Amino acid sequence: MKSIEELNALRDKMQASMNLRHEDPNSIRVVVGMATCGIAAGARPVLAAIVDEVGRRGLDNVKITQTGCIGVCRLEPIVEVFEPGKEKVTYVKMTADKAKRIVAEHLVNRSVVMEYTIGAAE
Amino acid sequence: MKELSLHLLDIAQNSVSAGARKIEIAVRESAEKDRTVLTVTDDGKGMSAEFLSRVADPFTTTRTTRKVGMGIPLFKLAAELTGGTFSIESTPGKGTTVTAVFVPSHIDMPPLGDVTGSMITLIQGSPQLDFVYRHKTDRGEFTLDTRELRRILGDVPLNEPEVLHWIRDFINENEQN
Repeated sequence: MKSIEELNALRDKMQASMNLRHEDPNSIRVVVGMATCGIAAGARPVLAAIVDEVGRRGLDNVKITQTGCIGVCRLEPIVEVFEPGKEKVTYVKMTADKAKRIVAEHLVNRSVVMEYTIGAAE
Repeated sequence: MKELSLHLLDIAQNSVSAGARKIEIAVRESAEKDRTVLTVTDDGKGMSAEFLSRVADPFTTTRTTRKVGMGIPLFKLAAELTGGTFSIESTPGKGTTVTAVFVPSHIDMPPLGDVTGSMITLIQGSPQLDFVYRHKTDRGEFTLDTRELRRILGDVPLNEPEVLHWIRDFINENEQN
């Protein structure tokens, strides 16, 4: 069973890797809608999938944040991706599996998954 | 909302919006008394008596994108459907406590669901805030306090994926005991 002391080892490991990090001007911001509408539609597992996948792939240049109601509740769960110098991409009706694909194709390979975007859904 | 844990996440997001520094989420399950009591307590800005009196109305909301707010009405309804009760105590400038009492033997009792997932979501979204999670059953009690984790982690943020992963495993493994 995990004890809280184990965190000491994780901290040492993380501190070593964090010292190598620097603010990446090309960092991508991913925003997940986490208001009542998003939560009820399944935003929690979507966020968890993005966090897990970003962690697993060691994508240090991705910042994951949450926001309230984006305003199109019927299309929740919604994920927005902000890449510097590019237009915001809004993904709608997300699931954990779709979110993993966005990590692989958009966050890693920088190629928008058109079929999941709000433009394709409307 | 299919799970009680999703209500807890939703209500705790209100605490975050209310500028809370510390948010306590408690789940108290008693098979003997046939009651599950869920509370969310914060030290946020609180509500005036006037706002509190209409806060369970779906047409009361603080959101600016729509004129409806379903979080509190849905939570209240879920509790009352099981024969339980719902109450909110709030003091402007001091904070708010939301309490929902459920009757688990009732046919309309939703599953508790992934409370760990809700805690992880909250910590991910607001790693700078203090979260306390208490889960009490007839077999014992488990407590997670992010202040304790932060003391060990130092300048490593709580919302690093690896840290969140560790916290998830830590809650899940310890809760089984």
